[in-house]
Amino acid sequence: MPKLKLKHLLAIRWFHWINFPLLALMIWSGFLIYWAYPVYSIGPVRFPQGLFRALHMNQRLADGMAMHFFFMWLFVINGVLYIVYTIVSGEWRLLVPTSFGALRDAWQVVLHDLHIRRERPPQQKYNAAQQISYTAILVMGIGSVLTGLAIYKPAQLNWLAAWFGGYPGARLIHFALTIGYCVFFVVHVIQVIVAGWNNFRSMIIGYELVDEHE
Amino acid sequence: MNKKRHPEIVLNSQDLKQELRRRTRRDFLIAGLAAAGAVGGYEWLTHAKEDNGQPWPERRVLDANGRLWRAYVNNRHLMPSYSTDQIQYLKVNGDVGLGQDFDPGAWKLRVQTGVPGEQFDLHLFDIQSLPRYQMITRFCCIEGWSVITQWAGARFSDFTKKYFPAARPLPQYVYMATPDEEYYVGLDLKSALHPQTLLAYEQNGKPLEAAHGAPLRLVIPVKYGIKNIKRIGMIQYTDTRPGDYWYEEGYDWFAGL
Repeated sequence: MPKLKLKHLLAIRWFHWINFPLLALMIWSGFLIYWAYPVYSIGPVRFPQGLFRALHMNQRLADGMAMHFFFMWLFVINGVLYIVYTIVSGEWRLLVPTSFGALRDAWQVVLHDLHIRRERPPQQKYNAAQQISYTAILVMGIGSVLTGLAIYKPAQLNWLAAWFGGYPGARLIHFALTIGYCVFFVVHVIQVIVAGWNNFRSMIIGYELVDEHE
Repeated sequence: MNKKRHPEIVLNSQDLKQELRRRTRRDFLIAGLAAAGAVGGYEWLTHAKEDNGQPWPERRVLDANGRLWRAYVNNRHLMPSYSTDQIQYLKVNGDVGLGQDFDPGAWKLRVQTGVPGEQFDLHLFDIQSLPRYQMITRFCCIEGWSVITQWAGARFSDFTKKYFPAARPLPQYVYMATPDEEYYVGLDLKSALHPQTLLAYEQNGKPLEAAHGAPLRLVIPVKYGIKNIKRIGMIQYTDTRPGDYWYEEGYDWFAGL
């Protein structure tokens, strides 16, 4: 018999949808800052100057810094509230992988998603690949805040900068994490499109239409 | 899964469809309003009246951030120091205030203590007669690059001890400008009195080069490069927050590291 099942709690939905534009603005303003000294590359791949110009991102270092140090507060507050909420509510149990078996299961999920493997491994609310992704993105977020603080105040927080190999090291990690979010975003959106309307709708209304024979 | 937190709605298929439609309509409306509110908020923010090159709400937050970090500045919070073999090449990255019309031989440092009319001129040997400190620290440009350089000069704290009237309480700020006043910086005195803040006359063991601010420049590793003013012509102690070249161009006034 079909029924509506609450999949995503109201608070989690708000945290997610508030985080999305905030992270987008942090990345945007971050690239305005990066424009002033865009040196990182992976082999020949470098953030192209043409893209900076096309998106009118050139000559806006001061704007980028003002925006970055404005929205950082909202980004951090939302992130901290999310972590506190998942802990207090017990939701973390569903989100955090609890054994190394998750790695094997996550691989099976990837194979399944790529249509290489027919069956999905058994799962709770989130499959092992989701658990690993959603936990990793949180660890990345914490990493961005810490490396960000290290670049922001390398004298006042010199001990923190030292964790990341000093000021240049912290800057590199901070940048790499940002690229990580961009990759996460692409994969995430593809997965959401593949999963379909019922799944996407549940991230807005909370409920998912299920027709299971239990 | 926790049934209490993750309830289910079980209805006959007709009512279920209706319930789903009702919830979808309601929540997408809320989502749409929230999205419109977010876009509206962003538009309001980015078009708010400008205060020194930034929308005033962002400027206020920058200033608040500055006050917060200024309270945390401490003489024990140092920039790391390095060894001589780690010294790197420092490019010349700014020439505002370094016009050609300048005679280093005739250079003097004008000092104003904050009381109208109370001012005097110093020569380079006055600075050089203060205890000489040498350090190898990272010079961080606000653009994002950083370079390890060796500096030597007098601590600004020693300078202040010697030249600011001991009977008066120390002011909040200090203002420094090039002789032509084309370039100028405002500093909180707490950062200026930090033990790594030098009135420098040597770089990498040699007298300061003209392009790097000869005869005397400020080296303040707890601030971005923009505050490390070259060719200082004037130092003024003050209790009102002084102007600052890059602040007026939209940057953070505090610009502390």
